Amino acid sequence: MTWFSRSLSGPRSERSPASRGARNVLASVAALGACALALGMAPKSIMPSTPGDSMAPKPASGAPILVGHYGSLTGPEATFGQSTSEGIRLAFKEINAAGGIDGRPIELREYDTKGEPKEATLAVTRLIKSDKVVAVLGEVASGLSLAGGPVCQEAGVPMISPSSTNVRVTKVGDMIFRVCFIDPFQGSACAKFATGELKAKTAAMLYDQKAPYSVDLAKEFKRAFKKLGGDVVIEQTYTGGDGDFTTQLTSIRARKPDVLFVPGYYTDVGNIALQARKLGITCPMLGGDGWDSEKLAEVAGKAIEGSFYSNHYAPDQPDEQVQTFIAKYKADYKGKTPDGLAALGYDAAMILADSMKRAGSLDGKKLRDAIAATKDFKGVTGVITIDANRDAVKSAVIVEMKGSPLGPKYRATVTP
Amino acid sequence: MADFLQILITAIAVGSLYALIALGYTMVYGILKFINFAHSDIFVLGAWTSLTASVCVITWLKLDTQQPPLWLAPVVLLCAMVVCGGVAFLVERLAYKPLRKSARLNVLITAIGVSLLLQNVGQLPGFTAAEKDGRSLATVPFGPSPSRMPSLLPDTSLISVPFPSGDPTIPAASVQVNLVDVFIFVSAMVLMFGLQHLVYRTKLGAAMRAVSFNTETASLMGVPVDRVMSFTFVTGAVLAAAAGFLYALKYPGLNQPAHEIWVLLGLKAFVAAVVGGIGNVRGAVLGGFLIALIEFMGMYLFSKYLDPLMGTNMGTNLRDVYVFSVLIVVLLVKPSGLLGTPVREKV
Repeated sequence: MTWFSRSLSGPRSERSPASRGARNVLASVAALGACALALGMAPKSIMPSTPGDSMAPKPASGAPILVGHYGSLTGPEATFGQSTSEGIRLAFKEINAAGGIDGRPIELREYDTKGEPKEATLAVTRLIKSDKVVAVLGEVASGLSLAGGPVCQEAGVPMISPSSTNVRVTKVGDMIFRVCFIDPFQGSACAKFATGELKAKTAAMLYDQKAPYSVDLAKEFKRAFKKLGGDVVIEQTYTGGDGDFTTQLTSIRARKPDVLFVPGYYTDVGNIALQARKLGITCPMLGGDGWDSEKLAEVAGKAIEGSFYSNHYAPDQPDEQVQTFIAKYKADYKGKTPDGLAALGYDAAMILADSMKRAGSLDGKKLRDAIAATKDFKGVTGVITIDANRDAVKSAVIVEMKGSPLGPKYRATVTP
Repeated sequence: MADFLQILITAIAVGSLYALIALGYTMVYGILKFINFAHSDIFVLGAWTSLTASVCVITWLKLDTQQPPLWLAPVVLLCAMVVCGGVAFLVERLAYKPLRKSARLNVLITAIGVSLLLQNVGQLPGFTAAEKDGRSLATVPFGPSPSRMPSLLPDTSLISVPFPSGDPTIPAASVQVNLVDVFIFVSAMVLMFGLQHLVYRTKLGAAMRAVSFNTETASLMGVPVDRVMSFTFVTGAVLAAAAGFLYALKYPGLNQPAHEIWVLLGLKAFVAAVVGGIGNVRGAVLGGFLIALIEFMGMYLFSKYLDPLMGTNMGTNLRDVYVFSVLIVVLLVKPSGLLGTPVREKV
């Protein structure tokens, strides 16, 4: 039996037939462990109606615990939501196979935000009000976490954002957590790398004026870059989705910067890279974790080669835990290499499950306290400790786009 | 100076695209007397069909992905035109024709409905049409993610003129005229002159003008009104398909079909049609170029001269503001558009 759950019908929604259902749909992972595996079925889209039989360790079999996820499964940042969702499912699958939470399996409810704030609010409201989930995971884009966060806060349901880096996200209230680093750190990591490894003296910035993530990351980079003795010679803006960047790029070209900082999302970054190279801008481009998608290499191709971005993890890190995660992920998702968002989705889900076990109760307040007490949790994306601001303290990696096939390769680690 | 020329070249290329799309709005308005809000979605369909068709042909025939043969471009263009023409024909037959006798508002609302339908059907996760090493490269419909159009034209700049800046601290910049810009301009011109010829020099064109002038009288004179209307509609869609194809060549990273940026592009083309005088073919072309020039020159001049004065960097933020302010001014000063003839309501 496959569980379908349509995305909320906004004014222009109604999408998604069954064909690729498993992606956008909430394939509930509950109770899927041993039984589905023993039958050799694809665990992604199938949920046996009866829980599994004996296998060690005993898979979870009690009444399922509902956990929500809201993410951009379609839209301009579609790979963000899809990767996160895949990471979360992988984590819950493992937890359920190992006995769940005190014998109860975790079941995932998931709605699409299409990358739009109003859809994010609707999705979270629906998760809390009609599905009555005990905790919410999501979103990736900071602007959307800022739209969904207040709903969780008001309802007293803990929310963990796997990868929203904007400072304001967790300031919404004491129910909101994240397991990734924040933009002031990311901005200074990029600035450190630019002045240190790239020996850049001057930088140009081109950011998306409509995305809080992009605006604030640009601000943080500028601050850190100036502090390290560099100079931001020109700032230009665009609006996400714009096709043409000639005006911005010709102004930037005239100033001949050593590095071009573009803290945007991958689709726009791809188009910017293409046009920048065409206009004869040869300096390396630098960006944040918004670049992290296999679509970046697909759209930009050669134009993005030799550019860098800061990320949460690099798939070629020699760390054993990272490599085990990659192997498991590849086995489940047709040999796909997980990106940083998938790794963070996995970590967020693992931390949530760990907190549920420690809390001993699914009450919002108790669960909240347990998440807040997370200390030295060894995740795929590093050792995670939740601080007093409900943010994670951890290091960032800088990756370079290179190689064949073109993809992110580990370059440096920056510690807080 | 170099920057100015570079932006001017871009504005002309983008203006050609606006003009091609605006023609569709204007033709449909001229004859059917309603604004076809689904027109921008036909444009998107054209862009995505071009992408899908080129990826498919390249994969099926195992062509060189970096530098496919030149014959591929016209084949893909033709493919986009046929698909868009076909879809537009169906839309007209199924959605608009049954409403021909009803109030104009009904058709307008239907057009919005058709627009939403096309957008969302367009980004359904589709069936794999081309795959390589088990990875799907293209699907029909097009799926919810952005994708990359293969480069069908060699990536060469025809002219590259270096411009010394006069100031030794600022390096010389060069103005590049890329093949793709020239190609866009030339193809748009060919299509527009073709349309001009069709409307003013052929019998069918005379029929179109007759229907536009007075539908009832035209039908009394033996003009097959239904067929002329269908033909007009399909012609507009074919031009939009060409615009979509050219857009995909210039901006190969295509956003998914329901992205709001497409609606905005369509709106700007619509503004071009209104500014030029809706219902007027030459006006649409004029409007297209004018709107693009104002958009790009606005961005350039504002960020070059006003931003440093005010210490801001909002010149490029306001790109849509320039376009829509022109609309407001034109509507205030000459509501029928630059080349439009004022219509007196019969009392």
